[in-house]
Amino acid sequence: MGAKKHELKLFKAYQQNIIRERKWTFCWQIILFISFFILWELSSRFYWIDPLLFSSPLKVMTLLIEKFKDGSMIVHTQVTLFETILGFIIGTILGIIIATFLWLFPRFAKIMDPYLVILNAMPKVALGPIIIVALGPGYTSIIAMGAIVSIIITTIVVYTGFKEVDPNYLKVLQSFRATRWTCFKEAIFPATLPVMISTLKVNVGLAWVGVIVGEFLVSKEGLGYLIVYGFQVFDFTLVMSSLVLIAICAAVMYKMVEKLENMLIIKN
Amino acid sequence: MAFLKLEHVSHLYFSNKTYTKALDDISLSINRGEFISILGSSGCGKSTLLSIIAGIIKQTKGNVLLNNIPLHQSDYVLGYMLQQDYLFPWKRIIDNVLIGLKVQKKVSKKTRQKALKLLDEVGLPHLEDTFPNELSGGMRQRVALVRTLITNPEILLLDEPFSALDYQTKLKLEDLVYRLLKQYHKTAILVTHDIGEAISLSDRIILMDTNPGRISTIIDVPKVLREEKPFLVRRQPSYQQLFDHIWASLNRGSETNGSKET
Repeated sequence: MGAKKHELKLFKAYQQNIIRERKWTFCWQIILFISFFILWELSSRFYWIDPLLFSSPLKVMTLLIEKFKDGSMIVHTQVTLFETILGFIIGTILGIIIATFLWLFPRFAKIMDPYLVILNAMPKVALGPIIIVALGPGYTSIIAMGAIVSIIITTIVVYTGFKEVDPNYLKVLQSFRATRWTCFKEAIFPATLPVMISTLKVNVGLAWVGVIVGEFLVSKEGLGYLIVYGFQVFDFTLVMSSLVLIAICAAVMYKMVEKLENMLIIKN
Repeated sequence: MAFLKLEHVSHLYFSNKTYTKALDDISLSINRGEFISILGSSGCGKSTLLSIIAGIIKQTKGNVLLNNIPLHQSDYVLGYMLQQDYLFPWKRIIDNVLIGLKVQKKVSKKTRQKALKLLDEVGLPHLEDTFPNELSGGMRQRVALVRTLITNPEILLLDEPFSALDYQTKLKLEDLVYRLLKQYHKTAILVTHDIGEAISLSDRIILMDTNPGRISTIIDVPKVLREEKPFLVRRQPSYQQLFDHIWASLNRGSETNGSKET
């Protein structure tokens, strides 16, 4: 009886230790967060940094509140979010579809190989002007920018995943006289699901890059537009506000994809 | 009458710089309901031979006839069991069992009932809704056996299906496979490097040489051993005799060929 009590006590201590550790980490995260903003505010007040260039947290907050009240910031955020989410989804799905074709038609894959290497090595945002000329200055171009950044890398990663599936699974299906498409549907695709899910996380970040650059180049709305506009009229409070919003949105989206990933992995 | 017939089958593997002869002039005929074992050291082309019979790869030379029809023209059904079970981990047991029928678009209520009955028969009742990772190695291999049997194959190809199992499970599974094959009158070809396994299961044993793979000897297993259950075969006095005989032939083969151990 005594021994059991002792064991329980040790277990309790272990649990408390974990909780303490977690609290301590969180505490420091908060301290870092607050002191960053305080330092920013102070150095701006006392002219350690140029307030015209680096603004200050209070100014950013005031501006954000004001712009959210008149609704203009909501519109800009919505536009950018919409473009990013669409670009992300299109890029990922198209990448997976191309990878599927590459696997289904090995000869096609062999022909495409050097082109994929070049396209992958190429900085996709450099295609921006061409895309804008081709698709016109508008949402379409910007969404295309968001998609194109992630499409090639998705294709390559997912196709490699397809090829790495244990060939013996295919042997089982081939012995039942399965077609290549059936093999894909029954073995290759489900076996590669974890790989596809992990590309989602990468693509979220990439879609933001494409969309913001797209908005830099051509747009009348959106957070990327606000950054360029603020830069041109030398309103760096506006630039900083947009940056803060982008950071928040990107982080939330990343977390959501992570949640989705956990859900899908548990299901599988 | 020969059910499956191989006529002068040869196979070459090509690579960029060179080619290797995996099989050289294999001729063989197998009767319906017969159990054949192919015995040989690693690299003698045993698995290549099975893949050819399975229709997964095509031989470079020679003919494979099933009921006197070239293999690639006949729409026969066959079953292939691999060294590991290769059950799809994302499918439930019942879906794994039915995958062959699903590929052939033959799933129905009746086949489902048959699947459950077969699972029960191999000692896995009420497990149809579990996932493969919840089962032990021996149980998984039994599921793989059911997956193969349910398509009602004319020939069963067994590519060392017991080699990844522990000894006890292996002996039990041998008995089970033997019983089921006899019960359903199936023709089977087993590839193995385990002499005891070959003797206890087969009607005929084919010994193969390495480099290139060719048939060296065909041994008929004595009637007393053929009719006994695999586990009991090992206790027969003639078992040891045959074992020694095969052992000697295999060693002689590898010495004259100077093949390396792998």
